[in-house]
Amino acid sequence: MTTIFGVSVQALSGQLLLGLINGSFYAMLSLGLAIIFGLLNVINFAHGALYMMGAFVAWILLNELGLGYWWALLIAPLAVGLFGALLERLLLARLYKLDHLYGLLLTFGLALIIQGLFRQHYGSSGLPYVIPPELSGGQRLPFMFLPNYRAWVVAASLVICLSTWLLIEKTKLGAYLRAATENPTLVGAFGVNVPLLITLTYAFGVGLAALAGVLAAPIYSVNPAMGADIIIVVFAVVVIGGMGSILGSILTGFGLGLVEGLTKVFYPEASSVVIFVIMAVVLLAKPSGLFGRSA
Amino acid sequence: MADAHRAAAPRDASAPLLAIEGLEGWYGESHVLHGVTFDVRPGEVVTLLGRNGAGKTTTLRAIIGILGKRRGSIVFDGVETIGMPSRLIARLGVGYVPEERGIFASLSVHENLMLPPRVKPGGMSVDDIYALFPNLRERSRSQGTKLSGGEQQMLSIGRILRTGAKLILLDEPTEGLAPVIVQQIGRTLQRLKAEGYTTVLVEQNFRFAQTVADRHFVVEQGRVVDMIPNHDLDANLGKLHAYLGV
Repeated sequence: MTTIFGVSVQALSGQLLLGLINGSFYAMLSLGLAIIFGLLNVINFAHGALYMMGAFVAWILLNELGLGYWWALLIAPLAVGLFGALLERLLLARLYKLDHLYGLLLTFGLALIIQGLFRQHYGSSGLPYVIPPELSGGQRLPFMFLPNYRAWVVAASLVICLSTWLLIEKTKLGAYLRAATENPTLVGAFGVNVPLLITLTYAFGVGLAALAGVLAAPIYSVNPAMGADIIIVVFAVVVIGGMGSILGSILTGFGLGLVEGLTKVFYPEASSVVIFVIMAVVLLAKPSGLFGRSA
Repeated sequence: MADAHRAAAPRDASAPLLAIEGLEGWYGESHVLHGVTFDVRPGEVVTLLGRNGAGKTTTLRAIIGILGKRRGSIVFDGVETIGMPSRLIARLGVGYVPEERGIFASLSVHENLMLPPRVKPGGMSVDDIYALFPNLRERSRSQGTKLSGGEQQMLSIGRILRTGAKLILLDEPTEGLAPVIVQQIGRTLQRLKAEGYTTVLVEQNFRFAQTVADRHFVVEQGRVVDMIPNHDLDANLGKLHAYLGV
């Protein structure tokens, strides 16, 4: 059996794939958080709950309306995005003139309420969501078995992150977003409807979270705590990458997923803390994050 | 992003394009404007002269609607704008060139130029603007804030010319710039005047203001305390020096 540093290639590639999968979710979630933070200056603690809602919308569509995975990929982000737009208009919009802490407290409270409602209704044991038939099975590679669905998640996440980056960096709407992130008052003084831009940005960011939730549904079981479990790590990813940096949050998301996977191979005991250790080191050495603008 | 244009009330040609009366303004708790009154006729260039802190910049911010709290009357093109948000005021045809120039670091020069939406028909084409400021064309792909101070000022003016705004609010366009750049900006303002633009210019340098303006309003402690027609400026230099404390 082939080994690298005394570790079998199978084990190594298996953990790297797992790291890449986790990294896909970290990237999609931290990307949404970064966009929202950039424009709204709100640390969206409800992000994990909205990711969980995306997974539940997929489950509900399948089990109550008979609409499958591909429909869920389209409908869940739109439904959760619309819910996000309402949250922004009705609640968050009232807090922009106050300290950032209030936005954080509000979204944290919302996360608890949303999670509580889903636990009340669906229980906490977790609901299964089957892999769609088109993506079941896998490929036997020379060094490992690659499940089709996992390959799809990594590819889909890369495409989603890249498209979002292009939308922000290369389009007119993205230019409005970047400019309003720097100086919303001046962009408004040019005649741009900044409050609408803010609502759309929040809806887009939470729509991304819901899309990640649909992709996650067949991998992790659909349960009310799934968002709370992942969001703590995602916040660490955002801190490491630098709050508000788009490309930074994508690269850091995938990178830290891989680091986590590698740690599982070489020193499994540390795998659940390695990201937080990196966060502490980055905060000491470069408080604005690896890709952050220094304040 | 588009807000519906408010229909302007019919008005006769001799009416002022901008009429400000009893304008009061606040920065947070501090009361800065105490009843500013002046008007600007179509096609005119007027300046607001005065010492630092007299309220000139605040007056421009009040006109475009980005001052926290304001009261009184600001009628632009027949429409009362005192209660409107800034984006709707801009959509009536008011272009704002802020003192700090407001060039966006995360946008290229070209993106900065294209950023403000067109608010009225008849704005300059991008080619015209690049012809007016050839430096900008050469550097169109650079990051906006990598430009020199003079180039940033040209970009800040140029992007407003694209929008079709009829009234341009210019806050200290010559501040900190080399004389040769100041001359170029002066020629630009004269050209804009010839093309029928109306301009409110805040300026510390009254020698520069003299080369472009029709009338000068002297601002002191949040009020307009005097008006000097440009042709009388030399005769009133003593008075002006007293106002400006130079």
